Amino acid sequence: MRVMAQMAMVMNLDKCIGCHTCSVTCKQAWTNRAGTEYVWFNNVETRPGLGYPRTYEDQETWQGGWVRRANGRLSLKAGGRVKKLLNIFSNPKLPSIHDYYEPWTYDYDNLLNSPQTDTFPVAKPKSLLTGKDMSVKWSANWDDDLGGSKEHAARDVMLKGIEDKVKFEFEQTFMFYLPRICEHCLNPSCAASCPSGAIYKRAEDGIVLVDQDRCRGWRMCVSGCPYKKVYFNHKTGKAEKCTFCYPRVEVGIPTVCSETCVGRLRYIGLVLYDADRVLEAASVENEHDLYEAQRSVFLDPEDPEVQRAAEQAGIPGDWVEAAKKSPVWKLISRYKVALPLHPEYRTMPMVWYIPPLSPVVDVIRETGHDAEDPGNLFAAIEALRIPVEYLANLFTAGDVEPVNRVLRTLAAMRSYMRDINLGREADPAIPAAVGMSEEDMYEMFRLLALAKYSERYVIPTAHAEQAHALEELATDCPVSDFGGGNPEIFGEGSGELTPVAVENFRMLQERQTSDTMASAGRGTFLGIPMIRRNKPEDGA
Amino acid sequence: MSNFLWVIVPYLCLATFAVGHVWRYRYDKFGWTTRSSQLYEDRLLRLGSPLFHFGMLGVVGGHIIGLLVPKSWTDAVGITPEIYHLAAVVGGMIAGIMALLGLTILIYRRRTVGPVFSATTRMDKVMYVFLGAAIVLGMWNTIAGSILSVGGHYDYREGVSVWYRSFLAFTPQPELMANAPIGFRLHALVAFGLFALWPFTRLVHVFSAPLGYLTRPYIVYRSRDRRPLGNAATRRGWDRVGG
Repeated sequence: MRVMAQMAMVMNLDKCIGCHTCSVTCKQAWTNRAGTEYVWFNNVETRPGLGYPRTYEDQETWQGGWVRRANGRLSLKAGGRVKKLLNIFSNPKLPSIHDYYEPWTYDYDNLLNSPQTDTFPVAKPKSLLTGKDMSVKWSANWDDDLGGSKEHAARDVMLKGIEDKVKFEFEQTFMFYLPRICEHCLNPSCAASCPSGAIYKRAEDGIVLVDQDRCRGWRMCVSGCPYKKVYFNHKTGKAEKCTFCYPRVEVGIPTVCSETCVGRLRYIGLVLYDADRVLEAASVENEHDLYEAQRSVFLDPEDPEVQRAAEQAGIPGDWVEAAKKSPVWKLISRYKVALPLHPEYRTMPMVWYIPPLSPVVDVIRETGHDAEDPGNLFAAIEALRIPVEYLANLFTAGDVEPVNRVLRTLAAMRSYMRDINLGREADPAIPAAVGMSEEDMYEMFRLLALAKYSERYVIPTAHAEQAHALEELATDCPVSDFGGGNPEIFGEGSGELTPVAVENFRMLQERQTSDTMASAGRGTFLGIPMIRRNKPEDGA
Repeated sequence: MSNFLWVIVPYLCLATFAVGHVWRYRYDKFGWTTRSSQLYEDRLLRLGSPLFHFGMLGVVGGHIIGLLVPKSWTDAVGITPEIYHLAAVVGGMIAGIMALLGLTILIYRRRTVGPVFSATTRMDKVMYVFLGAAIVLGMWNTIAGSILSVGGHYDYREGVSVWYRSFLAFTPQPELMANAPIGFRLHALVAFGLFALWPFTRLVHVFSAPLGYLTRPYIVYRSRDRRPLGNAATRRGWDRVGG
């Protein structure tokens, strides 16, 4: 047994209202820079829908993740080391910018300085890649709230096999939101695909990071990640990805997306796992067994054996304590209501989801029946095959049984708690029907509905003796020390690495102290940082 | 004059190449990348880039054999000059045409695809001039010198190659180059110019060819403790105990 600790997240999809606050605050914090305009470390997809980038889940096309070979060993779906190197001059599976969207800004200047005309002046969209006029055809959440789904949603990869059952008539369809960040996998195929070895998994907390000094821009990670959560910064020529807000997590505060989540649907905590068993679990033959296999890799922090092994592995005592209180561990292994996203990619993802019961509840309510009656709910979960099969395609490689079980558990919790809230006698038969005790059911309800900040985010800090070097405190890196380089000669982003926090700070300062409405300063276009250095033609 | 062109200039370029790389690596690790533009445009790149790069690998291999392996060695293992010549010309032509065709496609792409052109730095443009000129002159030497024998027969293995080895051994024999045909002299000078530019262009990515990928474990673990937390360098006096 080789115990390792993993910082992990669970999202309760029933609570997601699709407000995109997580995406926006994440973008402000991390990717509000030229070269990363199209980069959303966190994005929220409407499902059924195409996702971002479009149809990223179609691994027959994009070839992300791992596949199990006939001999039981895993290999990268896009091909092994030699094939990767032979394809290094042009990655055949790299999504183009048009699979994401062409980033743009608006020519607001025209609104202020337009000559008098018969019609209102408009702010025309301008491409941030070329600086020219463009027509906006797609963006990060173009099919939000099923927008345009009559045209697009049929291409949702997860509808394979159930196309005929899902209706995109608005009165008959179902929908929910799926917020996505990097999965910080236990068996990350992006890291395995990186020719330079620049992507690594932090031994302490399992956060997967790109070493910006070692990345050489080979782009294999972008195609290697089946979730398409590694992005190529087209200005610096380096890969970037969700960092799990490691500077925040190191000092014990949650990620920006969690901190700002309006629905309070995110939970962060540690999970202890047996690193020796990861590969074996990722290699089980039947895809339907992957969910259970991954769960079996996690270790019970209450087990004295595990605690001893953790201590031997150098995991600090307060981290083991945090693992005991971890809401993530509870939701995954005690209440078993959280499921991994696409276990069939065999990367062992570590951001798990509680599937939404609301599509089922909505359908019952529309039929005029009591949507919180356990009998009605249980029957509906069985009968409403469409949402359940769709959810199974997302979370359990198509195995409906675990999804059924989770939805029944959530339905039971709803009914059980309604009795208590209405002052009626609680019915112990309801938790028993899903194999839970009354205490457990109540505790689960507390965690899902009432849990305070400190219960939702149980994040042990990095240790105090290292604190001087923590980025968030930054006591040993004066802002003025960073920067330099010569973008005119070596291209954008050359010179010493500037921490994102410092770069953002400077850009903000520049905007705040600029004398003009639209700063015409170096590298900006209408006040928006620009990628371009040279104009293609002078008329641009 | 021949001392200047074939002793001073080459050594200056070589020194710039070596020192420049050390400086660039220390000063600009973050800027050390392929600066790929594949995200902007895929179709032309898919054609041009492998053509160019595999062609260039052939070209470089050919140069290593032609410049570094003395004629006496190939004679000793029984390779006749005719066979060597045939192999060199055929191999060189294939690799050269691949590289030239690839480069043409890539430069066309760079000029005509808006976002790619916008992402082109001044250094890129200067580098393309030198790289293109070196390849064209090299092709000319192969075609005019070795196939058509314009201006009489010239065996570079007894001229240019010997000079190059003497140059690398720090006992330069400039007269060997001074007597070479103009095409070879120009090719060598342009190539040395390219070497001098090399560390200041995206060409540095050549030295990052990820051969280690073939042998390293798939998943890389790295401990936070071995490096300072965050991405600031550790200050003097703050070194970790036992680190």
